[in-house]
Amino acid sequence: MANEGSILTAADLAGNGVRGDDPDVHGKFGIFGGRYVPEALIPALDEVAAVYEKAKHDAEFIREFDHLLRTYAGRPTTLTDVPRFSEQAGGARIVLKREDLTHTGAHKINNVLGQALLTKRLGKKRVIAETGAGQHGVATATAAALLGLECVIYMGAVDCERQALNVARMKLLGATVVPVTNGSQTLKDAINEAFRDWVTNVDSTHYLFGTVAGPHPFPEIVRDFARVIGVEARRQILELTGRLPDAVCAAVGGGSNAIGVFHAFIDDQDVRLHGYEAAGHGLESGEHALTLTAGSVGVLHGSRTYVLQDDEGQTIESHSISAGLDYPGVGPEHAWLKDSGRATYRGVTDDEAMAAFSLLARTEGIIPAIESSHALAGALELGRELGPEAIILVNLSGRGDKDMGTAMKYFNL
Amino acid sequence: MTTLQTVFAKAKADNRAALVGYLPAGFPSKDGAIAAAAALVEAGCDVIEIGLPYSDPLMDGPTIQDAVHRSLSNGTRIADVMRTVEGVAATGAATLVMTYWNPVDRYGAERFARDLANAGGVGTITPDLTPEESEPWRAASASAGIDTVFLVAPSSTEARIKAVVDCCTGFVYAASLMGVTGARETVNVAAEGLVKRTREHTGLPVCVGLGVGTGAQAAEVATYADGVIVGSAFIRRLLDAPDEAAGRESVAALARDMAQGVRRS
Repeated sequence: MANEGSILTAADLAGNGVRGDDPDVHGKFGIFGGRYVPEALIPALDEVAAVYEKAKHDAEFIREFDHLLRTYAGRPTTLTDVPRFSEQAGGARIVLKREDLTHTGAHKINNVLGQALLTKRLGKKRVIAETGAGQHGVATATAAALLGLECVIYMGAVDCERQALNVARMKLLGATVVPVTNGSQTLKDAINEAFRDWVTNVDSTHYLFGTVAGPHPFPEIVRDFARVIGVEARRQILELTGRLPDAVCAAVGGGSNAIGVFHAFIDDQDVRLHGYEAAGHGLESGEHALTLTAGSVGVLHGSRTYVLQDDEGQTIESHSISAGLDYPGVGPEHAWLKDSGRATYRGVTDDEAMAAFSLLARTEGIIPAIESSHALAGALELGRELGPEAIILVNLSGRGDKDMGTAMKYFNL
Repeated sequence: MTTLQTVFAKAKADNRAALVGYLPAGFPSKDGAIAAAAALVEAGCDVIEIGLPYSDPLMDGPTIQDAVHRSLSNGTRIADVMRTVEGVAATGAATLVMTYWNPVDRYGAERFARDLANAGGVGTITPDLTPEESEPWRAASASAGIDTVFLVAPSSTEARIKAVVDCCTGFVYAASLMGVTGARETVNVAAEGLVKRTREHTGLPVCVGLGVGTGAQAAEVATYADGVIVGSAFIRRLLDAPDEAAGRESVAALARDMAQGVRRS
């Protein structure tokens, strides 16, 4: 596709009634979603929802977003056929959507550019964000630098240590990184701390939420800004193969890259949607992040969804070799897609993901993020199930540069 | 069992505000929490809120987070919370549970309401349950005969205040400031305005919480509110005490100071 002309139309950004699956006025996807937050935050959430509702129908906003996606993020991203990798998938044709080629190296840039523009419309000068591995933090710091916003990133102290390089990147981009030392000192605690900052500084600050979870309207807004992935991919795969794929695969932590690629295919009933969660050391080990496949319905971080919790509703800590999937909750729209049967969710262990990580590097010269490697591992298995005629689109949500420390340790490099 | 209605009627008759103390169950220990709450009651607290420890307390500041973390590390379960309520209610104070929504949701709303009523609890405060999501809990509470308290905040619009107070029975919790729990140097000036705005929509008592830590602050809040809620300042004293007995004495001394404060105006 040529690099001129818009990627997005108003309908692409928000669907505008072509879909039957927008949340209701309370942000509910069926029984999931909604708002479970302190009353103090309700006016801010209402404000974000109202400003977004206006922006998504505003040609000028769409033009600005589209311009940044093209000239800054590097969109549209290409599709890549991976025939040598596909040999391990029973000959099914695997095609990658290359979000790893975006600026900052992961799909996260789509959401942060959209929300940073929204922050300007909200008249706010400061953004805060949570981050696990540091990818959303880096993306947020990047967008904040670009648009001249003050930026504070909350990151679990344990994660700060594990991801020192990303901490340095955020600092270089002008952000303040606050290590969070309470609770499990990881992503979920960073989210708690970001909410505490937000409720205190809500007049000046937008919480630039990093995934399709959290209270309404975040699941809808983050989805809409990530939606460009699937909008492009659907058009591109029709051009490339002459038909829709048999399946679309994506990794699911909070679920933004997966919703981003799934969404444009939801009405294509013949296209299977497969989400892959981190099975960590396996279900039986208890060390996993199998929120949809082994969790139960509850409330976490402001939204009703599937949660890893004990019999009394206390959150259970998740585990994954991939920090980006290491989260005990998941976006409510995924919960709804699961229960409605439209999407299927399965687990991929650390070992299976690392095998796919290595295989893609050796067969195609592409080093994927470990998050994305879960989807790659899933696609290999799915290809063997569907047979050699199948076309499988995999969202390669990010690149693996950030994961070299983990890879060196895992493979003894 | 002392009801909230009795407490506020009596405080009104005495021409003073009610004093409401918060402590989490299971902190500093399971029995220590009951003893500390009993010390608060003896020192003049009219109402006790027992906090249900939760792994993700996103509206709490560092002091309560610390106490809750210790409580969970002590293995506190909902049965312990109910036992704590039972022990505290026996002192004659009106006893509520303050809890994030997920533990109640998981336990089952009807079961939780019934068990709380059976333990002598008079109601709950649910800081992250919005009016839009509150219907099942209000129904369960009504059928168990317990009160439902929700929060208004300085940022609340008139429409939101109305929506919240329409869900409240017992009293309305007015958060004095935009922020998390924790004692502050001064009580936010927004609190008085919020109480006034809230009264335009309800005849229920309005209690002010967040940031109250001294007798003088309690006295100040008592000039415009029906109740003064104190949590982190008590917990700070329990955290700083060398042992549980010293902690009890320390919180009792602060509670006496507060109890004088609410009678000063």
